[in-house]
Amino acid sequence: MSVKIDTRKVGDVTVVDVSGRITLGEGSSAMRDILRDLTAQGNKKILLNLSEVSYIDSSGIGELVSGFTSVANAGGTLKLLGLTKRVKDLLQITKLYTVFDVHEEEAHAIRSFA
Amino acid sequence: MYLIQLTAKSDIVDTGAKELLDHKYPSTLDSVDLAETEILKAAGDAGFDEDEQHRIGMAVRECMVNAVVHGNRYNRNKQVHVSVGTAEGRFTIRIVDEGEGFEDSDVPDPLHENNLLRHSGRGLFLMRAFMDEVSVRKLSPSGTEVTLVKNVARSE
Repeated sequence: MSVKIDTRKVGDVTVVDVSGRITLGEGSSAMRDILRDLTAQGNKKILLNLSEVSYIDSSGIGELVSGFTSVANAGGTLKLLGLTKRVKDLLQITKLYTVFDVHEEEAHAIRSFA
Repeated sequence: MYLIQLTAKSDIVDTGAKELLDHKYPSTLDSVDLAETEILKAAGDAGFDEDEQHRIGMAVRECMVNAVVHGNRYNRNKQVHVSVGTAEGRFTIRIVDEGEGFEDSDVPDPLHENNLLRHSGRGLFLMRAFMDEVSVRKLSPSGTEVTLVKNVARSE
C-alpha cells in the first residue's frame, strides 16, 4: 500500500496522520478523498501530519493545494505538521512553503488553531 | 540503439559511452513505478549518492507521468520508450511518448502568482529543478521526446 491515512480528534482539531507516498494514483486519490470527506462533514480545523510521508510528487502537491483551498472555501483552515526535509524542500522549490501554515510540533500546531 | 542515435545527433565519437537501459513500457501507472525503480538502480550503479538518486527519481516520475497520462493518455496501444546511457560524465535519460506532443512554451509558469494554487502544471518545472539539463522536443508526426541530463561529476 502506497499510503496509510488515520484521523483523530484533539479537541476541536482533526489531525490527519499520513504515512507512505503521496503520488499519482492510490496515494493522491486517498488524500483527495479524506480531505473532501472531512470538509463535507463540517470539520473546520484540519492538521495534516506529514511526518511519516517519505515521498510526494507533483500530483500529491496538487492534492495538498486543492485541499488547502477547498477547506478555506468552506470556512476552515488546513495546516501542515512535521515535514521531512525532502517534502519541505519540495514546498520551498514550488513556493508553496509560505502559502501553508507549517508547524514542527503538534501541541504548538493545535494551539495555533485557537 | 539509443547511444547510436545520441552519437549521430551530437556528432560526438565517445568511446566511453555506456548504455544502461533501453525499454518500452505500456501506458500504465505501474510503468511509472517500474521505470523509476529501474532508473534509480542505474543511477546508483552510475555512482550517484542517495540525494541525487532521489532527485533523478522524482524527475523520472514526473516525466513518465506526463508521458503516460498527458501524452499517451493511458492508451494501451501506445508505449513509452525509455533509454538511459552515460557518456562523458553525463547521465542521460530519454523518454519518448506517442501522444499529440506539446511545446515547452505552452506550459504556464507554476511559480507565477496566478498559478501558484493550481492543482497541476508543476511536472516540467520539477524536472528542471532536479536535473542539470532538460530539453523537450515535439516529434513529427506525433510524440514528445524529453531528455533529462544529470552530470555525474556533480555528485562526486
